[in-house]
Amino acid sequence: MNTIIFRTFAPYLTALMVLFSVFILLRGHNDPGGGFIGGLLAASAFAIYGIANGVTPVRRAIYFHPISLAGFGLFIATLAGLPSILAQVPFLTGLWVYPKIGSVELALSTTLIFDIGVYFVVVGTITSIALALEERLED
Amino acid sequence: MASKGPEITDVTGILVNADLQLADFLIVAPVVIPILFSALLLMLRTRPATQGRIAIIGMALLALACFGLLQRVLDTGPVTMTMGRWVPPFGISFSVDIAGALLAFTSSVIAFVGSIYANSTASKLEMRYGFYPFFMAMMAGVSGAFLTGDLFNLYVWFEVLLISSFGMIVLGSEKNQLDGTMKYAFLNLVATTMFLMATGYTYGLTGTLNMADIWTKVNSGLLEGPVTTIAVLFFLAFAMKAAAFPMNFWLPASYHTPKFLVSAVFAGLLTKVGVYALLRVTLMLFADQRDLFAEIIAWIAALTMIAGVLGALAQNDIRRIFGYLVISGIGTMLAGLAIGSVTAITGILVYAVHSMIVMTALYLAAGVVGRMMNSNDLRQVGGIYAASPMFAAGFLILALSVSGLPPTSGFWGKFILVKATVELGAWWLTAAILISGLLTSIAIFRVWIFTFWRGGPSGTRDGAEAWKVEPLNQEYQLAAFISLGVLVLATFALGVFPEVLIGTAADGAKGLLYPTGYIESVFGGTQ
Repeated sequence: MNTIIFRTFAPYLTALMVLFSVFILLRGHNDPGGGFIGGLLAASAFAIYGIANGVTPVRRAIYFHPISLAGFGLFIATLAGLPSILAQVPFLTGLWVYPKIGSVELALSTTLIFDIGVYFVVVGTITSIALALEERLED
Repeated sequence: MASKGPEITDVTGILVNADLQLADFLIVAPVVIPILFSALLLMLRTRPATQGRIAIIGMALLALACFGLLQRVLDTGPVTMTMGRWVPPFGISFSVDIAGALLAFTSSVIAFVGSIYANSTASKLEMRYGFYPFFMAMMAGVSGAFLTGDLFNLYVWFEVLLISSFGMIVLGSEKNQLDGTMKYAFLNLVATTMFLMATGYTYGLTGTLNMADIWTKVNSGLLEGPVTTIAVLFFLAFAMKAAAFPMNFWLPASYHTPKFLVSAVFAGLLTKVGVYALLRVTLMLFADQRDLFAEIIAWIAALTMIAGVLGALAQNDIRRIFGYLVISGIGTMLAGLAIGSVTAITGILVYAVHSMIVMTALYLAAGVVGRMMNSNDLRQVGGIYAASPMFAAGFLILALSVSGLPPTSGFWGKFILVKATVELGAWWLTAAILISGLLTSIAIFRVWIFTFWRGGPSGTRDGAEAWKVEPLNQEYQLAAFISLGVLVLATFALGVFPEVLIGTAADGAKGLLYPTGYIESVFGGTQ
């Protein structure tokens, strides 16, 4: 897999895939997509980068340990349920705000926070497994 | 919360509007707190210095939340919260009644005590491999299983606690640990699959997974189909998880391999979750069907009791002995399930609380013995009485408790269960409970005599100077003293002043047998 073409191309492909995964994550509420599938995309992006350039650059690039990312995801996904306390509605009820930036109306919700949490859990878990397997290959 | 105040149902029947107070969130707090702390500890995994303390704070908060919830349920009756503001049969409900809240509270106290003990024993390596996140996630699963009002959600919480318990039991990765883990994991996965199948059949038959809704449909008399088969499948799945005869062999084969604390919380909590699920599903949901095979349950109960305690008599490893005693205790609780009267269910709940406390304490005590003697084999231990009379006295109370002798909590659990069998005239079940109690006392006092009374390991001459035990380090000594002290005091206090526990358990039993309050809390009394 260590062809020069792949190695040159992989960083761009990775960047593009991560960007696309965020797009998939954000369109997820009304269209096909969401945190889980976005997370899978991002994880495969890191896996590709790892296959091309080795595991160490990937670990350096994502800075945090993948499992810590998964922990972070679980944390904010659970936190997404807590605004329900202030709104006096049952736990994990979707709460929406529509702030206007210029003429654009943004639809923000606790559901989105939950989905971002799912994204991080999936990225963290799958990347962790993928990197561990790739490290085995390198040995 | 659906049970309080007038509720306005949306015309489309999808959303419910009711203002919730902060106290209503106690219903989900016992799950949210451990998940948050589990995630937090996972992020801080590389900083072992803070892990133990954060875990203690987390478990303390969990215990407080469970205590608040228990108080609330005792005040207002069963409470329900349906996630995401969906109407109950469709949304996932958390329905808490006294039985669930009582067991959730007890398990959170056990976990709190366990985290104090863990703080002095967990090694840096174990923490890097995620011991505390697993512990927290397991508590989320345990609390979730006690509080949920949805059959499939119950399955999910079982999975949560099972997956995290796999992580805890394999920690250390020694050969015998992997061996124990395989047996534990395989048998539990089979049981879980059976549980899932039964859940699928239930959904196919009733079209719902909400427990209150299932109860309504099963008791409407309109249901046509193999309801009894489903009830038996559930019974089989949960009985396997609770380690009932003849599916009991996985427990002593695996519980003696992990860290002492892990065996302690497993023995204290996990099998009791199985017993609770048996109560909730077999007794509450499929009450009429249970009557049909009550006699089979009685036989299984008697065999579990006797097989468990005979196994305990035959072993030499202290933790294996305790493993068999756990099984024997499960049999005692199943005897109550076979009878199914209010007295019997009260007995089960009292016995479950007692068993959680005393089994955890016994395994922790085995850990202390292991540290002192570097062995858990009855032939190689001894002389601890001279080294630490107080530890010997504490263990003696635990021994009395596990055999069901006064003045300890074990006496009351067995007393009520025996009373229930006598009321029914099931003499052979009475005899089985009493005989297993007698044999248990022989098994446990064998441990006590060999470990504490004998001057040293097997072969030490009488009158020889007390065997030198390994000195314990200060931190461990303090942690073991606090954790064991709390548990010993708890079993002793519940033995001397059992009224509060028995009263609560009796209310819990009535709630399980006549769940109208439970149903009303889910459907707001409108159906």
